[in-house]
Amino acid sequence: MSTCKTISEKIFSDHLGRDVEAGEIVIVDVDFMMGQDGTTPLAIKTFENVGANKISNPEKVAFVIDHNAPSPSEKVSALHKLMRDFSNKYNTNFYDIGEGICHQLIPEKGHALPGQIVIGADSHTCTYGAINCFSTGVGSTDLAIAMASGKLWFKIPESIKIILEGSLPTGVFSKDLALYIIKNLSANGATYKAVEFEGPIIDSLSVEARFTISNMSVEMGAKVGLMRLDKKAENWVKERTNSQFKSYEPDEGAKYEKIYKFDVSNLEPQIAKPHTVDNVSPITEVEGIPIQQGLLGTCTNGRIEDLRIAASILKDKKIHKNVRLIVAPASKDTLLKAMNEGIIQSLIQAGATVVAPGCGPCVGTHNGVPSDGENVISTANRNFKGRMGNNKAFIYLGSPATVAASCIEGKITDPRKYL
Amino acid sequence: MELKGYSHKFGDDVNTDYIISGKYKFSTINMDELSVHLMEDLRPNFFNEIKKGDFIVAGANFGCGSSREQAPLVIKHAGISAVIATSFARIFYRNSINIGLPLVEVPTDNIAEGDLLAVDLEKGVVKNLTKEEVLKIKSLPKVMLKILQSGGLVNYYKKYGTLELID
Repeated sequence: MSTCKTISEKIFSDHLGRDVEAGEIVIVDVDFMMGQDGTTPLAIKTFENVGANKISNPEKVAFVIDHNAPSPSEKVSALHKLMRDFSNKYNTNFYDIGEGICHQLIPEKGHALPGQIVIGADSHTCTYGAINCFSTGVGSTDLAIAMASGKLWFKIPESIKIILEGSLPTGVFSKDLALYIIKNLSANGATYKAVEFEGPIIDSLSVEARFTISNMSVEMGAKVGLMRLDKKAENWVKERTNSQFKSYEPDEGAKYEKIYKFDVSNLEPQIAKPHTVDNVSPITEVEGIPIQQGLLGTCTNGRIEDLRIAASILKDKKIHKNVRLIVAPASKDTLLKAMNEGIIQSLIQAGATVVAPGCGPCVGTHNGVPSDGENVISTANRNFKGRMGNNKAFIYLGSPATVAASCIEGKITDPRKYL
Repeated sequence: MELKGYSHKFGDDVNTDYIISGKYKFSTINMDELSVHLMEDLRPNFFNEIKKGDFIVAGANFGCGSSREQAPLVIKHAGISAVIATSFARIFYRNSINIGLPLVEVPTDNIAEGDLLAVDLEKGVVKNLTKEEVLKIKSLPKVMLKILQSGGLVNYYKKYGTLELID
């Protein structure tokens, strides 16, 4: 057995109290688990179906109503009620409508910590890798069994390393980096792998900007998008918890299936075109495509920094008369901060519609379903056909700056002229 | 046990939104209601074209996208006996094993729409009876096969009374 380990191998070895390596299937204690309103009802049904009558550790469980919040229909309300009743019965953590998106809340509330193994019944659970947490998306059955037993089965993943070098040009943000990486690796370029991101570019990013990259690692198939815990990230975590935690760095000789190096010094803002996330072009190739709707928000880009940059572009301007701009802050805290900073006022004065913190229009259930033939420019992580609730609409993905600039001009617009 | 049925052929990167759209899955967990919408953005009448026991056959990265377990559940509920694809996305793969939907990873370039196929999971082969070809399946790790043979993780947990790995 190799003594040199990746971050994933170290986290699992420490949890199990023995040396393990990529490829092994193990059962391990889960440190925290989360479900949202699209996946928890099925998990509750499964939990009851296995005959469980106790949650192994309710403090390690959180449910979040974010995908369909507030409820748009009786049927959804019934499922939300099922979640509330179950949570009350078993005393789990609970975040109801208006609190925000699960992937913002779980790290923001100090539930996911460095060095932990965290699961979430949502594919973007890989987000917390940015704070050195082995976090990964699972299904409802996994969540149910983990609630009942406190454990889950895992295959320890092989790892890929992605090194970002150079210096970040003005107008290019972590979203552009994520899209550029996915373009190069493709939608299944990291399937089943743990990705470790590192290099001077990652070091230079804020913790919020790092979340954007880890969040999108599932769009190339990855199980988790890990980063080292530097001082900046450690401070970010310490501001949110008093709990002790441990962080992990990869060993010098650790085994990687592939190592990619990208120098991003000359990168332009990037756009993912319909209908796949890896269908990416530099913005200069798609400028001028008319848009009818903009979306600023989601677990990828709904954080305070994202709202700040959009507001700095939109302040004292008006969005184009043919465009609706929907803003969904990632959490209540984000919304309150944005109000205190005057960001919400700037956005609304520019013509934006602010909706409740949550997933909103990204998942196609309510709060802004586009019409047939319409183009949407969005800060979300997916542009699949039908994703926003209409399979005859076209979704383009870009950074918050690109969305703001495009909404002013009514067409896909390079944000660099506004910065 | 041999599974036998006809092929319904799809391309690469069939995501979970295509399998069951988000606009439906949030409002019910009743699979009777959901499964009629299976693949409807790609093939509007697909649910009615399925005969019990048929296979979905696809290219690379089948099931990419969200973690919704409704995706393998509606496939199973619609009467599909297994999904055969060149490769699968991770969470979909895991969910399928957990709910007892067999997945078969083989190159699918030579399988056409409507081919009659027979799948034997124990022997690890896919027979294309229309084209008289035999494809070998990459074998599953023992634990996963056990979960699948139990009919999914729920039954496995009930049967063994634990989540220990039983060889």
